[in-house]
Amino acid sequence: MNRQAQACVLLLLGGAVLRASLSDLYLRYVKEGLRPFLIAASLLLIAAAVMTLWYEMRPALRRSSPATSSPATDAAHGDHDDHGHAHHEPRVAWLLILPALGLLLVAPPALGAYAANQSGTSLASGGLPEYPPLPDGDPATITVYDYAVRAVFDKGQSIGDRRVRVTGFTVAGADKQPILTRMRLSCCAADGLPTKVGLSGNTPTGLADDTWIEVTGRYTSRMGRDPINDFEIPYLEVESWRQVPAPRDPYE
Amino acid sequence: MTTVDPAAQPGGENGENVVAPEHTGTADPGGAPPATAEPAPAGPPRNRLTDRIGSVEVLAALLILLIALREPLAALLSAPSLATWTTVFVSVMVQAVPFLVFGVLLSAVIAVFVPRSFWARALPRHPALAVPVASAAGVVLPGCECGSVPIAGSLIRRGVTPAAALAFLLAAPAINPIVLTATAVAFPANPEMVLGRAVASLIVAVIMGWLWLRLGRTDWIRLPHRPDLDDARRGAAFWSAVRHDIVHAGGFLVIGAAAAASINVLVPERWLQALADEPVLAVLAMAVLAVLLSICSEADAFVAASLSQFSLTARLTFLVVGPMVDLKLISMQAGIFGRGFAARFAPATFVVAVVVAAVTGMVLL
Repeated sequence: MNRQAQACVLLLLGGAVLRASLSDLYLRYVKEGLRPFLIAASLLLIAAAVMTLWYEMRPALRRSSPATSSPATDAAHGDHDDHGHAHHEPRVAWLLILPALGLLLVAPPALGAYAANQSGTSLASGGLPEYPPLPDGDPATITVYDYAVRAVFDKGQSIGDRRVRVTGFTVAGADKQPILTRMRLSCCAADGLPTKVGLSGNTPTGLADDTWIEVTGRYTSRMGRDPINDFEIPYLEVESWRQVPAPRDPYE
Repeated sequence: MTTVDPAAQPGGENGENVVAPEHTGTADPGGAPPATAEPAPAGPPRNRLTDRIGSVEVLAALLILLIALREPLAALLSAPSLATWTTVFVSVMVQAVPFLVFGVLLSAVIAVFVPRSFWARALPRHPALAVPVASAAGVVLPGCECGSVPIAGSLIRRGVTPAAALAFLLAAPAINPIVLTATAVAFPANPEMVLGRAVASLIVAVIMGWLWLRLGRTDWIRLPHRPDLDDARRGAAFWSAVRHDIVHAGGFLVIGAAAAASINVLVPERWLQALADEPVLAVLAMAVLAVLLSICSEADAFVAASLSQFSLTARLTFLVVGPMVDLKLISMQAGIFGRGFAARFAPATFVVAVVVAAVTGMVLL
């Protein structure tokens, strides 16, 4: 791949990353905190492409306008170009088209039920000695992870008999009952791990995997186990549920 | 996606080190892929114009073709496993882009603006002493492993002894403040994991540097000849270095990201459950998993924390091996230093890292 084509690939990749980070698309792949770095890096990619094209085109431009060209510099530049081209330009550059097109053309969805079934439910090892009170409001809106941690490590004490509202997507469990799931990222989707909460009481039925629902309910002491890593899956006693559109940030 | 792969794969075979036949106009012995990349007219030597139009035109045609095939492509990738593969692949790349770009910028500054004499003054003259100093210097580079490979390449090019540059390459992604903070956050109940990780990673980096002094041969490292870096025009040399390193290291990063995504999708976690109960097997399993998953060093602590069925020593091994040997690093090292280097360096690092991590785990945890 010659230098102009490399510049085009850099431009494509920089443009793809910039576009993804200016919209909410990047949230499917990485954490929100990476956004300024993504924007800066994609601008640098674009700058590298522009500068490459500039240095490649300039000798040609000079040659075409004889007024500014002197034989000496021309010869020097010609020499330099020959050196440059004799050096083998990386063919592996073609591969960089893949992530750019992946972002521009395919824009794969956020991790969902398939990924959730690949790994066991995950909570940080060890609980806190004391849990802060739930946020105000009835029902209290909390994350799936927050509910699971309070239910497993705190035995629901910091929840009491208050109503909570959580949002996640459904995954069919071993007994075909839906399990409320939310993926958690620490860096990018490659390290995404699911938090799973079982549903009892007024359980939703007839939902396909990956349907986003908002569930309102209360703590129950019922516990299940994730067959994948033998970790506890807490349950939530459902009072009501409704289908909702996927949230802006699909991860917690 | 598969339409591009075959054309680019030969680049993985160290195409960089071969003096390009491209310019002579004779048929490329590389065979079909380059021929498709640049429609080679037999006979008269190609002039620069056709040479230039070649790649750009192929690129344009390829893009038009892929845009035209967008619908069937999207349909093909909508199966859950393939969609997850694509998501993981794209997110590894998106996550790596800032680290790659900033690493490459730093590497270009080293290659073009920092004079050779600086390194002679900054590092102890004796190579055996330069190794620990370079390892400890890794503390100041807050990045993940994708950025440190081009930086190590630049350091060697600027006359830093390879042993010291390699020690830096191994230490920087593992012991920088961001990674250690992330480890502390991921293991709130076990602060000794942070100490264990820093100590074990530093020891591995120093041992590998000294091993290289004793056993390493300079001809294993085959850095491509880069006359453009000696360009008198600093700006031209700088941007040339940036372009080349992003495209080159980035290309190999794509191979590594694809491999990591495949492992991520193909290996379900339940396979690990059986291994967790055997202490020795658990350590080895976590070491292999670290290589295969190729998780960014800033995130691996959270994954390790979630693999709670494994012992702390096994998880420490995961944290020590991961930033030093993994699929995307092996791919990038093979691309930048040459295959002969990667084939020796990666397995040696793996063995040293597993042993040191296991011993550190037994002593500290």
